[in-house]
Order: sequence, then structure tokens, then C-alpha cells
Amino acid sequence: MAIALTPGVPIAPGGEAPPERVKRKGKTAYFLLIPGMAWLVFFFVIPLGSLFLTSLERPLGSGPSAGYESALRWQNYTEALSKYDTEFLRSFWYAGLATIVCLIISFPLAYFIAFRAGRWRNLLLVLIVAPFFCSFLIRTYAWKTILADDGFITTFANSLNLLPDDRILATPLAVVFGLVYNFLPFMVLPLYASLERIDPRLIEAAADLYARPWIGLQRVTIPLAMPGIVAGTLLTFIPATGDFINSQLLGSPRTRMIGNVIQTQFARDALPTAAALSFSLMAVILVVVFTYIRRAGTEELL
Amino acid sequence: MAIATEKATDARLPLHYRFTRYLRSHFIPAIGILGLIYLFVPIAVVFAFSFNDRLPNGRGSVSWVGFSTDAWTNICVDPNICRAVGTSLQIGVLSTIAGTVLGTMIAFALVRHRFRGRQSTNLTIFLPMATPEVVLGSSLLALFLSTRIPLGIVTVLIAHVMFTISFVVVTVKARLAGLDPRLEQAAMDLYADEKQTFRYITLPLVAPGIAAAALLAFSLSFDDFIITYFNKGPSITTFPVYVWASAARGVPPQVNVIGSLMFFGALALVLLAQLAGKVKRR
Repeated sequence: MAIALTPGVPIAPGGEAPPERVKRKGKTAYFLLIPGMAWLVFFFVIPLGSLFLTSLERPLGSGPSAGYESALRWQNYTEALSKYDTEFLRSFWYAGLATIVCLIISFPLAYFIAFRAGRWRNLLLVLIVAPFFCSFLIRTYAWKTILADDGFITTFANSLNLLPDDRILATPLAVVFGLVYNFLPFMVLPLYASLERIDPRLIEAAADLYARPWIGLQRVTIPLAMPGIVAGTLLTFIPATGDFINSQLLGSPRTRMIGNVIQTQFARDALPTAAALSFSLMAVILVVVFTYIRRAGTEELL
Repeated sequence: MAIATEKATDARLPLHYRFTRYLRSHFIPAIGILGLIYLFVPIAVVFAFSFNDRLPNGRGSVSWVGFSTDAWTNICVDPNICRAVGTSLQIGVLSTIAGTVLGTMIAFALVRHRFRGRQSTNLTIFLPMATPEVVLGSSLLALFLSTRIPLGIVTVLIAHVMFTISFVVVTVKARLAGLDPRLEQAAMDLYADEKQTFRYITLPLVAPGIAAAALLAFSLSFDDFIITYFNKGPSITTFPVYVWASAARGVPPQVNVIGSLMFFGALALVLLAQLAGKVKRR
């Protein structure tokens, strides 16, 4: 009722942008917020604190089975990070590479759907998401078959002498390949969403003003698509860094990523080490994310 | 003569234009089609291998053994597969309901109300999506271990609701924010009270957003492996956990059957919904 009587909200004829809705004050907001936010606080924020406390625990005896007591053992971090620095750096390297490859594949794909697909647009979008309906693990396992040593792709690449190790499976190539595949839709969809919003007349205007297509892309299309590029790279990079499925199914012990280490350390009850690695991963990712958002200048993403 | 030179310059001048235009008109669709093929190659393999025979020792194989429809006719030959699918469905439905309700409420509060602490609320919703799954899974496990809460279906449900909430909020919020407030004003001008306006105007308009959020939540929950793996305890086997465990011994072809069924089932559902939407619009 407050809305209907609010002055200054014009009932404009159709076609104009709808006027800003007046936000209400009152207790209803808290009633709506509290259940969900409590869930997030109890099962997301507090566990992070719990993870941090676990990462500082001290072993009671020798061996992980003896248990741990709470302490402020900061050495856990230096020990864990110096022992697993290779896996840590490797995760960021693989994830970064996979993100760049994803961007290179996704941009033309999203551009095609946004500007060229016409009435096929919706169908194509469904097709991009469709592989997702078939389980993540099953799809990754299927790549194991496709990239197998006696498979068509490996034999063909070998006949051209393209592979330094004579195989694809169990090499970094296979892991990055799997990461690119699994997170591709996370890149395509946000890119599509921001490309689709671009008025094609702006790109035409660039051409009318004698911008070559390449310059038009650089100066008009890409800057306007920036929110999508930022969202897409983050949605790809973050899960890829922590992933251990691709490395486990398509890689070898030489391609272990930090996710694999965290998982095995937890399984072995080496809780403080696992927690320290997990917490460090979170910290580094947050720093990367916030610097990236700052630099890319799309803070409204939050 | 003049015409000839004009023609000549016309053919010569835009050469690089013609080249880039050629590239633009053929390169982009080509990459688009290649990208789609790339996305669908594993699906084709999954479907083909659902007709794969088992090895003589009864195990599944990564390479082709022989054609057989055995897996399709005996999906539940290993009762653990079907039990795992059942567990996944159960967890998926329950966590979707809880996550969608909680997330939708937050979305309404964010779009429709003024309140203190908006910034920190937004941050708390954004952060779970910016956190790798290993961290989400391991931090919850650290909490459950230190509070001695036994791992099982409850802890898995807690985890699933937690990570679906943020995605629901984002999806519903987008729909709500795009809503024309004049529609509700019109209802109220026509003497609908607040409840009626919500029931007959707001809810039907937001429903597609809520439905999309619920579908997203369900597929996230059904497909989740990493977070589940950390918090499931020994007694729970969801479908992805079953696949993971069987990967070491060779995945049985029945897994590919279920993968194919899920794929075609979901695709049929989406296409039906699109068709229904088209018919309705007419």
C-alpha cells in the first residue's frame, strides 16, 4: 500500500524504463533475511573460522592417529607450504592456462550466439548447457576413453610427432584439457549475457567512423563485454584452481594439484596440514579475485 | 576508362576489409561449431559406451569390448548403482526445496527492502561462490569434526543447502530486479491488498526465476562430488561418489546408461518447456 501511494513514481506509458521501485523499511526484511543468512553464517562463515583454528593445531603424539589439540602453531603453514609449494603453484598455473584457453574458445562462441545465431539462439544456449546434465565425473571419465593411448586422437597426434611424451593421458595437457572442457559453459554464459546486451549499432558506428573490425572489437566490443569477461574468468579460474577430479582421472602423480593434496591429507587425518593448505588457497584466491575486480574496474559485480 | 579504374579501386581498396569480412563471417561460425562439437564429443562417447560389453571378469572397461544392450536392460544389476541414484535424488530434492525457499527470501529482502548491513549481506552471499569447493568442503568437515557432529546424510544436506543458497539468490534477484513495479502499483490501484498483489501479481511474475533457480540448485546438488565427498561419512554413497569409487576398478556400462538417461531426460524437459512457452505465447 505504501507503494501505491508513493508520490513521485510516475505511471509512465509503456516503452520507457520502469521507474525505480521504492524500497521499504521495516522488520519484514529481517524476517526474510535471517533464516538464509543464519544458514550461511553457521555453515559457511563459522566453518572458515573452524578451518583456521584446525590449521593451527598441534599434534598430541607422533602420527596423525594420536589426535590434535588446539594451539597456535604457525609452523603448520610454513611446513605445509614449503612441502607442497609445487602443487600449489601448479594449481594456479593449470587453472590460469585453462582460463585463458576457455576465454579464447568462448569469446567467438558467445559472439556467434549473441550476434549471428538469429532464431537458433535459444536452442544453441540449451546445447551449451546440455552436456552439464550428464554428470561431471562421467564426462571427465569419457575423456579418459577419448584420450587413451590407443585412441584415435593420441595415435593421430603421434603419427605427426606432436606429443613430446608420446601420449596425452597422464600428462599436464590432459589435465588442462579436462579443466577447459568442464568449465567452458561457465565462461560462455556470462560472456553471452554481456555481449547480448551490446547494441549492435555501437559496433556499426565504430565501423562508420572508419574503425577497422579489429579496432572496433578492441575499442568497442571488448570494453562493453568486460563485465562478462571478468565474471567468466572468475567462474572458470576459481573452481579450476581447487579441482582435483581432472587431475585424478586424467593426470598422474606428476600432475597433482593442491586439491588432491588437501583431499589426501584429510583422508590421512593430517588435519592441520590439510586445513593450512585449504586456508591458504582460500586466502590467495580472495586476494587474486579482489585485485582482479579492482583492476578490471567492475566492482558492481559484487 | 573512368569506370574501369573505379572498378579496379573498388576491387583493390577493400581487400583487407574483404579479408577480415571473410574471416568474420566464416571464422566465428566455424569456431562456434567446433566449440559445440567439443562440448558434445564426451556425451557421444558416454552414449556409445552405454552399449559396451563388460570384460570377461565382469568389470567395466575404458576401451571398447563389444556391443551389448545388457546394461540398458539390467540397469540395477549392481543394486548399489540404483541406491546411489536414489540417495542423490533424495538429497537433491530436499536441498533444492530448502535452498530455494531460503535463497528466494533473501532475494526479496535485497531487492524490496532497506535494511542495515546490506554490504556485509551481499559479501556473505558472494563469497561462497568465490570459494573453491575443496575449501567449502574441508572447512565444513573441520567444523563437523571439531563439534563431533557425526557425518551422514544430514551433514551432506547441510552442505548442499549452503552452497545452493547463493546461486538461488543471484538467479531470483535478477528476475525480481527486472520486474516492472508499475504492474504491482496497478494491482493496488485496483484495490488489491498486499497479500492479493503478492499472490496474483508478484509471485506469478517471479515464478520463472524461482523455477530456474530451483533447477539450477537441483543440478548443482545432484552433480556435486567434491563437497559431498568431504562431508558424507562412510555410510552415504551418492551417484557421483559411486562413479568415483568405481573409477579405480573400471566404471560399469550402467553408469553410462544413467548418464545418457539424465542427459536425454533433461534435454527433453528443457525442449518441452520451450515448446510449451511458444504455444502459450500464441
